[in-house]
Amino acid sequence: MSAAATNYYDRRGLFATLGRDGLLQIILIANTIIMLAPIIIMVFSAFKTTPEIFRAPFAIPDFTQVANFVKIWSETNFLRYLLNSFIVTGASMVLILTLGTMAAYAIGRYAFTGSNFILMFFLAGLTLPLKLAIIPLFMLMRDLSILNNQLSLIFVYTAMGLPTTVFIMTGFIRSLPNELEDAARMDGASEARIMWSIMLPLVRPAMVIAGIQNVVPIWNDFFFPLVFIQNDNLKTLPQGLTTFMGEYTTDWGVLFSGLTLSAAPIIIIYIVLSKQFIAGMTSGAVK
Amino acid sequence: MTGRGLWITALIMPPLAFVALFIVYPIISAFAYAFFDWQGLRRGDFVGLENFHTVLFVEPYRSWTINAFKNNVIVFFALMVLQNGLGFILAYALWRELPGARFHRIAVFLPVVLSTIIVAYLFKLFYHPLFGVVNISLRGIGLDWLAQPWLGQSGTALWSIIIAQAWHMVGFPTLVFLAGMQRIPSEILDAVRMETESEWVKITKIVWPLVAPSATIVFTLLFVGAFNWFELPYIMGGLDGSPFGSTDVLGLYFYRTAFGNVSAGQQDFGLGSALAVLIFIFIALVAGVITTRLRAREIQL
Repeated sequence: MSAAATNYYDRRGLFATLGRDGLLQIILIANTIIMLAPIIIMVFSAFKTTPEIFRAPFAIPDFTQVANFVKIWSETNFLRYLLNSFIVTGASMVLILTLGTMAAYAIGRYAFTGSNFILMFFLAGLTLPLKLAIIPLFMLMRDLSILNNQLSLIFVYTAMGLPTTVFIMTGFIRSLPNELEDAARMDGASEARIMWSIMLPLVRPAMVIAGIQNVVPIWNDFFFPLVFIQNDNLKTLPQGLTTFMGEYTTDWGVLFSGLTLSAAPIIIIYIVLSKQFIAGMTSGAVK
Repeated sequence: MTGRGLWITALIMPPLAFVALFIVYPIISAFAYAFFDWQGLRRGDFVGLENFHTVLFVEPYRSWTINAFKNNVIVFFALMVLQNGLGFILAYALWRELPGARFHRIAVFLPVVLSTIIVAYLFKLFYHPLFGVVNISLRGIGLDWLAQPWLGQSGTALWSIIIAQAWHMVGFPTLVFLAGMQRIPSEILDAVRMETESEWVKITKIVWPLVAPSATIVFTLLFVGAFNWFELPYIMGGLDGSPFGSTDVLGLYFYRTAFGNVSAGQQDFGLGSALAVLIFIFIALVAGVITTRLRAREIQL
């Protein structure tokens, strides 16, 4: 694509090329500034005192001034929220990938009656907005006695993550060749052994895509903890942030450091794995 | 049952149980709940369509429903332009693979991975009437008269939140469109170059029709998202859709009706469920129409 495009420009002359691509380049640069500025202001403000933020919101701060972070570390429940988010997200991801792979393997690898119906059953959950079923979900969690318990979140996230995971993994598992499997079966390997030792190592790329697609919304979710969790010690990061922001309304330095600390884990992982993130998060929408 | 049958059952049952218990059962129940009278958490008598009648035709619910719905419609059309329209332009710019395209691509998607709650608080601080960077910047460049309490007045509050949403999510349609453009076969593009020099013709007659599958998906997702909008208005406008209901949307209204708000404390699962069912049916119908209508114009390559 890019080589062909270059030839095209050569024929059109330098000026026309500069004009059109110049405009597009300006759009991109302007947009990137708009995208990054709020994040940069947030990080800068995290290292400033409140009066400094009011006086010079755009100035580069003294990055050795970490009083705001110390305050968060020592005075708030922030670490607890962070740990809770790790526990809930981690447990949900383990369940989603395990159960999702099991279902996708059964549907994608074996021909049995009803397999198409079961796939449709999973896919039906793909676009339904589960938020609207929050009242029955609330009652269900109450009946299971797991309101105010992180299991409620883990179960809902697992159920929400399964449709996309089954969708992505089934397509991938179907596309794997049969030869290895047949050879192993010929040698007398059990079905479980074939799945575990031969097929599973091959599906890892699809697991990464499915994992990323689910991990970001789960890590960021606010709605379900809002309804299910009341106990401050069980709150996840986005929900804990609302408590925290309410307590420090006038201390803007602490507020910005809290936002920066909450955003930091996902921003760092995103920058390292941006390609996988973009592929994973758009995989449901890109066929 | 054979060993193979048992093995398949063992693989399929646990995931199926999760989806049945935590997705299918609650959604079916949501429909059933709407036909009963609820006293707190206790289900009362069967009341037929009365809950639906109340939220649609009885004041003050009627005005609340209409107001929230109207705001959702504004949100949808505004984001159609600010999120999907801008996304298409950005995708087209990124597609040219100009110097720095890789960096621009990473930057445009960065806000998408952030928690909506972080975005909401960040913009709430930015919009602060006295100390927010928006008004400080306006005053700094001599536009004092433009500085105003963005989230504090009915005329600007909803739009301010819409801008925050567009900043948060514009990267998503951008990269979906970009992926669509990258799949256009180069032979087609070569053929176009023989025919026309006009960039406009190329975009409207070739690129736009050929990224139709991407458009179908981002339009549908935006529609579902816009009518489920909750987190940003909840943090930036509050559960009551302040000021004066100008940022109230169906998501907030539904939540408030079902679980009660701080001031009134009144909770009503029956009316909440009726609202949920109406929103649900509306979303399903319109999303279905959007998808089939847009699918029809997709071209198979």
